[in-house]
Amino acid sequence: MSALSTTPTAPARVSGSERRRHAHLVSPPGEPRNVGYLFVAPALVLYGLFVLVPFAHTIYLSFFNWDGIGPQRFAGLTNFRAIVDSGELQSSFVHSFVLIFFYAVLTTLIGLLLAGVMARCKIRGLSVFRAVLFLPYVIAPTAIAVIWRWLLAPDGPLNSALSAVGLESLTRPWLGDFTLALPAVGMVGTWVLYGLAMVLLLAGVQKIPADLYDAARIDGAGAFREFLAVTLPGLRNEIVVVLVLTVTAALRNFDVIYVMTQGGPGTTTTVPSLLVYDEAFVAGSVGAAAAIGVTLAALIFIVNAAVSRLGTSS
Amino acid sequence: MIGRWERRAGYAILVLGSFIAALPLCGVVLMALNSPSDSSGSLSVSGAHHFSNFSTVWQLAGFGRSLKASAIIAVTTVVIALIVSVPAGFALATMRFRGRSVLFYLLLLGLLIPLEAMIVPLYFDMRRFGLANDYWSVILPDSAFSVAFGSFWMRAFFLSAPRSLVEAARLDGASVLTTLRRVLLPLARPQMLTLAVLVFVWTWNDFLLPLVMLSGSQIQTAPISLVFFQSQHTTNYTYLAAAALITVAPVVLIYVLLQRSFTRGMLSGAVKG
Repeated sequence: MSALSTTPTAPARVSGSERRRHAHLVSPPGEPRNVGYLFVAPALVLYGLFVLVPFAHTIYLSFFNWDGIGPQRFAGLTNFRAIVDSGELQSSFVHSFVLIFFYAVLTTLIGLLLAGVMARCKIRGLSVFRAVLFLPYVIAPTAIAVIWRWLLAPDGPLNSALSAVGLESLTRPWLGDFTLALPAVGMVGTWVLYGLAMVLLLAGVQKIPADLYDAARIDGAGAFREFLAVTLPGLRNEIVVVLVLTVTAALRNFDVIYVMTQGGPGTTTTVPSLLVYDEAFVAGSVGAAAAIGVTLAALIFIVNAAVSRLGTSS
Repeated sequence: MIGRWERRAGYAILVLGSFIAALPLCGVVLMALNSPSDSSGSLSVSGAHHFSNFSTVWQLAGFGRSLKASAIIAVTTVVIALIVSVPAGFALATMRFRGRSVLFYLLLLGLLIPLEAMIVPLYFDMRRFGLANDYWSVILPDSAFSVAFGSFWMRAFFLSAPRSLVEAARLDGASVLTTLRRVLLPLARPQMLTLAVLVFVWTWNDFLLPLVMLSGSQIQTAPISLVFFQSQHTTNYTYLAAAALITVAPVVLIYVLLQRSFTRGMLSGAVKG
């Protein structure tokens, strides 16, 4: 228990040797060190068997050609080279970046607009707004996809609404349109996530001390200046959280695409996670699927690292 | 000092945002009550409510069995996640042992690894060990993902727990286990409830894992039944709306009942990869 009293939060960040020395000097005898293993053992076993081992196994499989049944043949980097060479694989990653715009950039901007305007306001009825705004995020993505397939159907409510207000020329089969299917799927992501961005950023802006705004005002800052100088820096952590959540959701989009478009029309809405599924469980190219999965994981690590850096620097 | 127009604009955005979030969901409820013979996608508010749509869809899609399967999977996952995460978070927060920081970073990695980078060998290995097409083939991986988040979540709580309490328990001669059980766990109840709600929602809504793992079995989770039902009734939007509502109903119910727990989790930036 003495670990609690001597080092409340730091140890995770302290290097191993330093920590051991520290423990040796400060902690009284009888500190329950090795009991710790007993406490973490179940977590470690479960996590190791069903997360770490499969992940390592995916990396291993990505260097092989395998149909899932026959022998595995070493393939070197060919599976990865295919991602660079094949137009379809390449474009699936491009689609992911388009989706990042709709899932992450657009939602964060909407959230920031609200946070900027509502800075320094005490909000009444916040819990009601919160409950409604979170709702799309709680609902199963498969159900979201079924609902939006209906809303965007050729004879669905969106097109009827457009016709009703005399905008018949704008009606189209949204999900069957080669150029508009991907943005349409992207807008569904925006719909799911903007409430989350609003609530998280609004909670953040309420925590910014009011005297910072008063100081800015005394210095003669206008509303926009105030937003850049006080609100935006004050929201740094919240923005990172929102971006991590939404960017990861964009890159991992499987359910919505699988139900709404199956990657179509043509290959205009294919995404890496759909291809992982198709290659491994439909086409029987397990190695290729593994390589796409590994690349997707790497992409998620890199983008998240970049987003977190955004939070700590500047 | 606050400009009145700013406040008004802010509320306008909030109201508009809530409206846009709620509108499609209200539309689905109305659509699910439409006449099933009206096969067009457009919404007609005729006043006649066909509640029988729900029982028809329940029969056609076999929701009785799939809701039960989803409940078995989600509840078991929640129980395992709690039993395993609480002691792990406790040890990570309060004990010193060799390899702790390595473990900490390993778990952190788990929040980011996408399922897509595990699903392929998971399936083939489960099949080799005869676990594929069984509840456990979904429960065990789902629990493992939840443990990464759960350990962090509980660690954060145990780090913030008042140390004087723990010290007092220790002075009274309580063992580590007694301190955890008698002193800290009663305090941790809200955090554990939040963890349970989040894991339940994530597990219930999950699609890719059960789709792959249960592909060769009679077991279907609710989202899978919904998707199969949609592939059979692609344009019967009345039935599809009813099916979507049945699928989401348990989660929405829990969300409404335990909203505070859910919001606490989300506001502290609950991130799951």
